[in-house]
Amino acid sequence: MAKIHKLFKTSATYHLLKLLRYQVEDFFTNLGEISKMSVQTLFFLSKGKIDFKELIYQCYRFGVTSLPITLSIVGMTSIIVATQVASEMVKQGGENFVGMMITMLIIREAGIIMAGFAIISMIGSSLASEIATMKVTEQIDAIRVLKVNPIQYLFVPRVLSGMLMMPIIWILASLIGVIAGGFASNLASGLSYRAYFDSVWYGIYIYDIKVNLLKAVVYGFVISLISCTFGYNANGGAKGVGTSTTKAVVWTFVSIVILDMVFAISFFF
Amino acid sequence: MIKVNNLIKKFNDKVVLDNISFNVNDGETLAIVGFSGSGKSTILKIICNLLEQDSGTVETSKGDIAMVFQYSALFDSLNVFDNIAFALTERKDLKHKYSKEDLNSIVKQKLMLVGLTGIEDKFPSELSGGMQKRVSFARAIVTEPKTILYDEPTAGLDPISSTLIEDYIVRLKEETHASSIVVTHQMSTIKRTADRVLMIYKGKKVFEGTPEEMLNGGNDYTKQFVTASLNGPMQMLAE
Repeated sequence: MAKIHKLFKTSATYHLLKLLRYQVEDFFTNLGEISKMSVQTLFFLSKGKIDFKELIYQCYRFGVTSLPITLSIVGMTSIIVATQVASEMVKQGGENFVGMMITMLIIREAGIIMAGFAIISMIGSSLASEIATMKVTEQIDAIRVLKVNPIQYLFVPRVLSGMLMMPIIWILASLIGVIAGGFASNLASGLSYRAYFDSVWYGIYIYDIKVNLLKAVVYGFVISLISCTFGYNANGGAKGVGTSTTKAVVWTFVSIVILDMVFAISFFF
Repeated sequence: MIKVNNLIKKFNDKVVLDNISFNVNDGETLAIVGFSGSGKSTILKIICNLLEQDSGTVETSKGDIAMVFQYSALFDSLNVFDNIAFALTERKDLKHKYSKEDLNSIVKQKLMLVGLTGIEDKFPSELSGGMQKRVSFARAIVTEPKTILYDEPTAGLDPISSTLIEDYIVRLKEETHASSIVVTHQMSTIKRTADRVLMIYKGKKVFEGTPEEMLNGGNDYTKQFVTASLNGPMQMLAE
C-alpha cells in the first residue's frame, strides 16, 4: 500500500491534483481579499471620507490619460463591425437599419466592454503595479505607522474616480463608435450619411442608456478595486510586482466578462 | 519606555522570535544585532503594530511610535514637503489642526534638525540615499513620537553618510528624549548610538549588555559577531 502511495506521489496525476488544489485555494483567497477590500472601501465611501485633491488627480489619470486609447479602440471596433456588416445589409436591402444596428451594438455592448478592456490594460495595470511597488518598498507600512488608513488613503480616491469616470468614458466612446460606424459604412458600402444617421435614432433606447450607465459605474468600481487589491497584497520584490499586476489584469478581464453576462441576462433576457 | 515581555512569533511553523524580553527606558537607545533573518526587524514590526505577535506583550509610552525604514520608504509620488507633512495632513486626528503656515514652519524645522534646507519641492528620486534617509528621519519625528524605531538606518550608505546618520540618531535622542531601538549590523552604529545592546540568534536572546561589555568580551556569540569570525556558536547554514 505504501509503495502504491509513494508511486502515486511521483505521478503526473498527483502533481496535477496538487496544482488544482493550489489554484482553488488561491482563487478563494483572492475572492476573500477582494470582498474584504470592497466592504472596507464602501465603508469609507459611505462615510464620505474623501480626499478631493487626490480624487481630482485620480479622475484625471483614469478618465483623461486613458481617453485617446479608449476612444481609438472603440472607434476601430465600430469600423471593423461596420465594414463587415454594412455592405451585406445594403445588399439585402437593409440600408435603413445599418445605423440602428451599429448604434445598438455600440451602446449596449461594444462601447462599454471595449472601453473596459482598454481601461484595464492602461489604468488597471498601472494601479496594480503602483500599489504593489508601494507595498514591496514598505511605503504602505510607512502609511500605517504614520497612523493613516491605507484603504482610505489609497483605495477610496482610486475606486471613486473609476466609478465617476467610467460612465463619461462610455458616453464619449459610444459617440465616437457611432460616428466611426457611419464613416465606415459609407466607405464600405456607399451607404449615405443621411440613411445611416437617420436610423441611428432607432437604436437609442433610454432603458439601454440607464442600464449601461449603471454597468459603467460597476465596471469602474470593479476595475479599480481589483487592481488596487492585487497591488496591496503583493509580496516579494520586482517579481511580486509583476505577478500581482498580471493577476490583477486577468481577474479584472474575467470579472468584466462575467459581469457583462450577468447584466445581459438580468436586463435584456 | 518600551517593555517587551516573552514575545513569541512564528511564521507558519518556523519560530522567528522565541520568548524575547527586554526594556528600553525613556531617552535610552537599544541596539538589536544578529544575523539577517534572526528576527530583529520582526521585533520592530510588532512594536509598531505592523505585525501581531503569537504571544507575549509589548508596552510603550503613551504617544506616537515612529519608524525609520531600511530603504527610507518615502512616498515617491509626493515631494519632500508632502512626505514630511504626511501625518499632519492625512491623519484623522491631525488633519485640520495645522494651517499652511504652521505646516511650512514645522517641515522647515524638522528638515533643519536633520541638516537639510531648501529641498521641500524635490521628489525622493532626486535625492541621494543619505538625504532620503534624513528626510525619512524628519518624517518620522514630525508628530513628536515617544518611541523611535530604526531598521538598519545605515544600510546601503557610504561610511561618511553612515557617520552622519549615526550623529542624527544621537541628536534626535537628545532632542526628543524618546526611547529608541536601532536594528543594525554595523559595529560603528552600535558604538556611536547605543546605550545597550541586545543580540539575537535563531529568535533567542543570546546577549544583553552595554556596547563596552559586548566589545570587551561578552560571550562566545558576541565575540564571534565582533570579530566577524566563521567559527563560533552561530552557524550561517541555510535552514
